[in-house]
Amino acid sequence: MGIFEAILLSVITASTPLVIAACGELIAERSGVLNLGVEGMMVMGAVIAFMATTATGSPYIGVLAGIAGGAVFSLLFGFLTLTLVANQVATGLALTILGIGVSGMLGEAYVGQPGIKLQPIDIPLLADIPVIGPLLFKQDLIFYLSVVLVVGINWFLFRSRAGLKLRAVGDSHSSAHALGVSVIRTRYLAVMFGGACAGLAGAQLSLVYTPQWVENMTAGRGWIALALVVFASWRPWRVVAGGYLFGAVSISQLHAQAFGIGIPSQFLSALPYAATIIVLVLISRNRRTTLINTPASLGKSFVPDR
Amino acid sequence: MKKLLLALAATTAVLGFAAGASAADKAKICFVYVGSKTDGGWTQAHDLGRQELEKALSDKIETQFLENVPEGPDAERAIERLARSGCGLIYTTSFGFMDATVKVAAKFPDVKFEHATGYKNAPNVATYNSRFYEGRYIQGVIAAKMSAKGEAGYIASFPIPEVVQGINSFLIGARSINPDFKIKVVWANTWFDPGKEADAAKALIDQGVDILTQHTDTTAPMQVAAERGIKAFGQASDMIAAGPQTQLTAIKDTWGPYYIKRTQLFLDGKWETASSWDGLKDGILQMAPYTNMPDDVKKLAEETEAKIKSGELKPFTGPLKKQDGSEWLKAGESADDGTLLGLNFYVEGVDDKLPQ
Amino acid sequence: MRIELERRGGVSPLFSILSPIIALALTVVVGAIMFAMLGKNPASALYSFFIEPLLETWSLHELAIKAAPLILIGAGLTICYRSNNWNIGAEGQFIIGAIAGSILPVLFPEWTSPVVLPLMLLMGMAGGALYAGIPALLKTRFNTNEILTSLMLVYIAQLFLDWLVRGPWRDPGGFNFPVTRDFGANAILPEVISSGRANYGFVFAIVAAVALWFLMRYTLKGFEIAVLGQSERAGRFAGFSARRMIWFSMLLSGALAGLAGISEVSGAIGKLQPVISPGYGFTAIIVAFLGRLNPLGVIISGLVLGLTYLGGEAVQVSLGISDKVVRVFQGLLLFFVLSCDTLIHYKIRLIMPGTAEGRG
Repeated sequence: MGIFEAILLSVITASTPLVIAACGELIAERSGVLNLGVEGMMVMGAVIAFMATTATGSPYIGVLAGIAGGAVFSLLFGFLTLTLVANQVATGLALTILGIGVSGMLGEAYVGQPGIKLQPIDIPLLADIPVIGPLLFKQDLIFYLSVVLVVGINWFLFRSRAGLKLRAVGDSHSSAHALGVSVIRTRYLAVMFGGACAGLAGAQLSLVYTPQWVENMTAGRGWIALALVVFASWRPWRVVAGGYLFGAVSISQLHAQAFGIGIPSQFLSALPYAATIIVLVLISRNRRTTLINTPASLGKSFVPDR
Repeated sequence: MKKLLLALAATTAVLGFAAGASAADKAKICFVYVGSKTDGGWTQAHDLGRQELEKALSDKIETQFLENVPEGPDAERAIERLARSGCGLIYTTSFGFMDATVKVAAKFPDVKFEHATGYKNAPNVATYNSRFYEGRYIQGVIAAKMSAKGEAGYIASFPIPEVVQGINSFLIGARSINPDFKIKVVWANTWFDPGKEADAAKALIDQGVDILTQHTDTTAPMQVAAERGIKAFGQASDMIAAGPQTQLTAIKDTWGPYYIKRTQLFLDGKWETASSWDGLKDGILQMAPYTNMPDDVKKLAEETEAKIKSGELKPFTGPLKKQDGSEWLKAGESADDGTLLGLNFYVEGVDDKLPQ
Repeated sequence: MRIELERRGGVSPLFSILSPIIALALTVVVGAIMFAMLGKNPASALYSFFIEPLLETWSLHELAIKAAPLILIGAGLTICYRSNNWNIGAEGQFIIGAIAGSILPVLFPEWTSPVVLPLMLLMGMAGGALYAGIPALLKTRFNTNEILTSLMLVYIAQLFLDWLVRGPWRDPGGFNFPVTRDFGANAILPEVISSGRANYGFVFAIVAAVALWFLMRYTLKGFEIAVLGQSERAGRFAGFSARRMIWFSMLLSGALAGLAGISEVSGAIGKLQPVISPGYGFTAIIVAFLGRLNPLGVIISGLVLGLTYLGGEAVQVSLGISDKVVRVFQGLLLFFVLSCDTLIHYKIRLIMPGTAEGRG
């Protein structure tokens, strides 16, 4: 394997959790809910996936547990912001505080224990293609899921009836309500989907990226995922582009250091953030396309008039 | 609000809150941690030291600690709270607590303070540190023997003297065996981010190093090394569980003996300020078992360790040149502690630039 | 069982006051159960958490120190959020403010004129405002979303500070440890009263919050903020410019975050170091919303949140309750406060199964 493929492989591992979590948040935001608790849900997914894997010996059960854990934890956010119409921004931040605290409590006994890695699955025939095979078809389940996820939500949002309803709820909840769409139920499902994806992203961290549990192991990746949704102007393919751009710059800066190019490491470490800003500036100059894709009801609570 | 507080205060009083002072004759020994006590790295090592201390002197002392204390004004408050709550001796276990420790110490002249890795002393403030670099030298010797390519990867956290000492000492040790040995350095700019540490490890391995050492705290680099089938060194604690076929040895931070020694002095009324910089011979750091290496390398490592312990071998001994080729130490001359404590340059052969 | 909300005619003044009290009561009950389950005396835990920090002078000072940056930043953010500008990068503006304000004491330590300190504060505000000006510029000029840009700039600011204190600004007499030289006495923000170390940062925070409250309540600018926040279209009809409002709110909140940064560095720390904030800029977002985006409310919520940090340490010391439990408790408190605020605008009804009424 050449160095180029090796770099790409690291990029894929680093970008996958960002893409997955961002896809989930994208659906939640498309339904009009801004959940800033991605970091908290992700770290919960990571700890629960690790615990379930340790208990059962099967990382696949761990993946399921991570998804379920993230979804259940997001219900707390849903209950507050949808049923009790609490402020979404503040509740999301509080969810992150709670998630970091609870995961730390749950995981205390698991720190330092070696984890079980989710092993790659070779896809027959495709895995033998040179270059592309090892990169894309000798991956683990979570990577394949991330691909399905992106294709799936793209289809769902723009090609399915349910997706149309979801976007309607996010664009104008009153009109959607008037048309007989259940705003609250749609949003609950969207929030739980977001939680499930964040949980899956967390599971990727504790089962694939670095098969271990340490407190706070998400280290801010939930925030990056949030930023990616904005970066993508709420379009799934752009989430992929943004996630891989961020991952690629992060990995390249480490290689640049190992290569010894003599630029202070802090500046190199800042590159992924700067690159994200610059690219967003370049692509968001067209005001109209951005507006079309921004859910107009984002962050606004909905209470049906009775 | 105020009424409610009063009401609450009354309730708690009724419920029988009593200043739950336990056995008053036991001395209270306290610790301030910068991280979580189960961080698997720096803070956990200190907490293990605390537990050892508690076990050793259980009839005379009790211990208390505050974890996840941010460096800055929060540290000053945390230390003051401990001083006020009756702690007799307070260990502050992060460099960033230095000024806070000194400030609080001035306010509480009867309380004794011990600050880890700093340099500011007072009549009631002692400082202590560990010569981690002695372990790095041994690692360098092993690396030079084990690496086929003659090049090691070094995952560093932040360019502070402790880390710079480690990089230099590793290379000096390696070059004592193979004068052409090289290291590649990657700064992760974190002590603690498993993902980033793993990425750094992958980058180094992809660029061709076949042995890895880390000065960050999680076992992620060890796991990557295990997966890629190369050898690596552990940091802060024995990481053999993360790489049973991978770890050559690890530098274990073992603060326990120091805490017991100093606390005993405190109990005996003989505590005095000091700046101690203990090493392998004092047991403040230990080498994890030498594993996954041929017997002759193991023997060489053990001999090197013994020489360092006996004082026969000092890692920073000339002839040594600085990175720019100028002379640092003449043959037979050893670096003084003052220079080492503030070390901010590389020795010849390190392929990296330090921020100046 | 279902929960349904019914809109009240307007804001309920009763529940405006009652809701935080109910929230506190709920937190106390749930907290007591949680502490009891952990085998700790719930009464003494709650006492240590909420009461003990308020009983001693030194700890009241500490509360003022802890709350000052939260209030200062939070008050500025209320203006942003009221006008629909989502500045979530106050943490970065705090750091750049601290750096800009530190230029004088770090690079010109021999200049000891009495104007140094006021200049430092002004430079801190300018630094924070300029840094917040980047997202404002990108938003007005290139239509770039400020949530992303302001957040990304936080990380860049952190790394820039890290580079400064490890490189060019490193204390020449500090054994090459990553700190700048200690600020001279003339560059230290003085203490307010001699009984403790609370500095003028707290005074700035209160003054700023009251001034912003006045601005929102009694001035045309306040009206403009409210109108543009409600609807950009309505604002345009009234002749207000959303573009100018972006600049105004971002620069204002950036300046206050910058002031908080330099006050923290010159008042409480006395030098620059790699990490100068335990996330004040992010916590202040919660403070702004807990204060219901009212600058006066921010004073209260800042103090309450500050209290939870002090109380958290108190229970760690007095009862050995773990730091993670404290964080969970803090999260619970926030959840209860946020959900009880629903009562201000809505009546809550529990619908039992069987009583088919309304639709979901």
